[in-house]
Amino acid sequence: MILEEPHSKARSGHSPRPHPAGAAVAALVAGALLAGCGGSSSEPGSGEAEPEREGITLYSGRIAPLIGPAIDDYEVKVDRDVEARFGDSATLAATLVEEGDNSPADVFFSQDAGSLGAVDDAGLLAPLPDEVLELVPARFRSADGTWVGVSARARVIAYGPDVGPDELPGSPLDLTEPEWEGRVGWAPTNASLQGYVTALRLVEGEDVARAWLEGMVANGARAYESNVPVRDAIASGEIDLGLINHYYVAEAKAQEGEDYPVDVHYPPDGLGSLVNTTGVGILASSEEPERALDFIRFMLSPQAQSYFAESSKEYPLVDGVEPDPELVPLDQVPAPEVDLTRLDDLEGTLELMRETGAL
Amino acid sequence: MALAAALPVLYLAAAIGDDARAAAEQVWSSRTFGLLARSTGLAVAVTATAVALAVPLAWLTTRTDLPGRRVWATLTTLPLVIPSYIGAYLFVSAVGPRGMLADVLGPLGIERLPSLYGFPGAWLVLSLFTYPLVLLSVRAALVRLDPQLEEAARMLGKTPMQTFRTVVVPQLGPAIAGGGLLVGLYVLSDFGAVSIMRFDSFTREIYISFSSSFDRTGAAALGGVLVALMLVLLWLQSRVRGSLTLHRAGPGSPRPARTVALGRWRWPAIAFCSAVVLVALALPVGILVYWAAQGISSGLAAASVATNAVHSLLAAGAAAAVGALAAIAVALLAVRYPGFLTRTIERASFAGYALPGIVVALALVFFATRAAPFAYQTLGLLVFALTVHYLPLAVAPIASALVSVSPRVEEAARGLGRPPLEVFRTITTPLVAGGVLAGTALVFLHAIKELPATLLLAPTGFETLATDIWRQTGYGFFEASAIPSLVLLIVAAPPLYLLSEKGTITS
Repeated sequence: MILEEPHSKARSGHSPRPHPAGAAVAALVAGALLAGCGGSSSEPGSGEAEPEREGITLYSGRIAPLIGPAIDDYEVKVDRDVEARFGDSATLAATLVEEGDNSPADVFFSQDAGSLGAVDDAGLLAPLPDEVLELVPARFRSADGTWVGVSARARVIAYGPDVGPDELPGSPLDLTEPEWEGRVGWAPTNASLQGYVTALRLVEGEDVARAWLEGMVANGARAYESNVPVRDAIASGEIDLGLINHYYVAEAKAQEGEDYPVDVHYPPDGLGSLVNTTGVGILASSEEPERALDFIRFMLSPQAQSYFAESSKEYPLVDGVEPDPELVPLDQVPAPEVDLTRLDDLEGTLELMRETGAL
Repeated sequence: MALAAALPVLYLAAAIGDDARAAAEQVWSSRTFGLLARSTGLAVAVTATAVALAVPLAWLTTRTDLPGRRVWATLTTLPLVIPSYIGAYLFVSAVGPRGMLADVLGPLGIERLPSLYGFPGAWLVLSLFTYPLVLLSVRAALVRLDPQLEEAARMLGKTPMQTFRTVVVPQLGPAIAGGGLLVGLYVLSDFGAVSIMRFDSFTREIYISFSSSFDRTGAAALGGVLVALMLVLLWLQSRVRGSLTLHRAGPGSPRPARTVALGRWRWPAIAFCSAVVLVALALPVGILVYWAAQGISSGLAAASVATNAVHSLLAAGAAAAVGALAAIAVALLAVRYPGFLTRTIERASFAGYALPGIVVALALVFFATRAAPFAYQTLGLLVFALTVHYLPLAVAPIASALVSVSPRVEEAARGLGRPPLEVFRTITTPLVAGGVLAGTALVFLHAIKELPATLLLAPTGFETLATDIWRQTGYGFFEASAIPSLVLLIVAAPPLYLLSEKGTITS
């Protein structure tokens, strides 16, 4: 095809046609450049951030609405700044591993034991003193003393109004039965479910875990992105049962009232109500280890522990602080004895979940 | 600069180097191929749909007497400002099984709508929110097109339909290929929409490897496969672009095309535009407004929204400016001095776009903490990351604008004694201004809704609209997230308006 037109007639174009768009580009570019320059010289907004590094830098896998008020309390109490960077725990753990010794972070607050374990495995966490570790029961802290639990959550079976109390399964392992076909939701990419599968492999063995995953997939378990959509899908009637953490339902009930159509069942068998923990550790590369430790002490103080118990309905871990009275007390949760620090073989779990098609 | 654009690829190489055997095993597993096939299938389907929507819309809004043409031009472009993760969520809550629509239809006896999850949902959402990428480039090309060729074809006895097929469509090839490439790469690297739609894609696998197993090597190996796929797409696109000489050879500049009278075809045309705008714009925005109203009435504080909006504007504006300047250089080299080196530079610039945001972000974490710790987690680094990530968005329109400028015009100017820089400033720049404007606006629009790199690389405490939305939706506060989402749309709309106006200004 020839599009060259050597002899095409054309007006004598001695000047390019007018181009208002050109002026617009120039204005846009100039404006943006000015904005950019202004930004790099004066760090707007977060301006008062670092006059002379008065505080600590926190990488938080717990999102701001949950942990923000506790941080504010700390800042008021000790008159110090906390620079918090939020992200999901696993992404922040991956970031810490990439940053290595150059990390600006002093403290890592994780949503789950697995992410802390990964950072610890990379040798990036500093040991904590015994007096801090001993505030929390041994099963909620790392064996080598590099991180300590802050609050606990139980894996539960959430259920909607179409499920009668006598129908409820005794264990998540029963959800592979035909009666639950297509009625169950889970969040296989979520760390909490993966933690459960890891525990299953540890305690019941590889074969049981594999059979369960295969059974769940064959039974049409619906995969959601995370726990909240699972809960919402039960509320909207899309599914009848879901494997999630206890507090998602407790919170919805606190917000929407007692007639919120989802309830919680603590399954007694099959590692049903596995209890996992959020936790904190100090980066070995921190230049402010004392202040970082201060922050951890505060998170384990009665003030912060009661805050977690009341606001997000989690289980506090320090003696003397009571969980929400609506919840089954932690020592009565039919939880299996599982060493949480051994739940770090996520790779094996993911391998198995991939092989069985759960992921 | 090519080095900067290639940083993500270097990072992948470093990570694969950790354990090359494990990486190879990961790549050759049957699962990898299954996922690759699924993702490619989705990319092909979405691209085809985007082209099918965009070409008629572009023609209707540039060449016809469609009533309210300028308004349609803007409205049909606007869906681009809706981030695919928000769009996907809105669709699930609106037309998912037992969503809002099902609630409305419930009394009419319709119990359950067909499930949107999986391929249909991912295809629908990604098509609806990416087709403007094709629309913008095709519209710009239509405006630039010289009507004399069409008139010649008509005089030689071709019917209007034949003329369109044999003269107009081939000339639109580079624009369709350029826009389609952006759509295809976007689909390959998208994570938000596919994960909400529960479509098991290649990117989702990369995210899972990176973030839940800390399996850097495996994730990098998969990223490498994505880069290879991107090279194939680029090769296809370069064949479309390279085989044509599209600039005018004669002197002068084209005169605007004559407007086509639609006659009674006006009504179907309006119906088509309305349907697209209704589904891709009115529906999602309507739900957002509804949620925002509910959120405000239940007393949600929206105090930080203004600060966050300023942060968003700042980061995205700077990224757009830097990106446009860099893209002009890359496009100029690639189009005017084609060769192995310049082609490599242009292709390297696409790597950042084809890779998921998390890979780009972690690559810069890796390099910045080692090579430039002073810049780590500063606004400068964030702008740099956004530029690396979205550079191709600016390169594509600028390159297709350059293709249609005859180098002889520049040569003539130089022959008349103007120095090269002067020629560039006074001749080339004005002629490709439309492309530069499009490129700048595209980078801006994407940078303002970017999430993973912003979360990891922004100065600590530097909240943007996108991070605010993430924070709220991550915890199920959808009503609270509606307010920053709406502000994001409002902030992003003016550059887009400018972009869609351009067509009418020039014609």
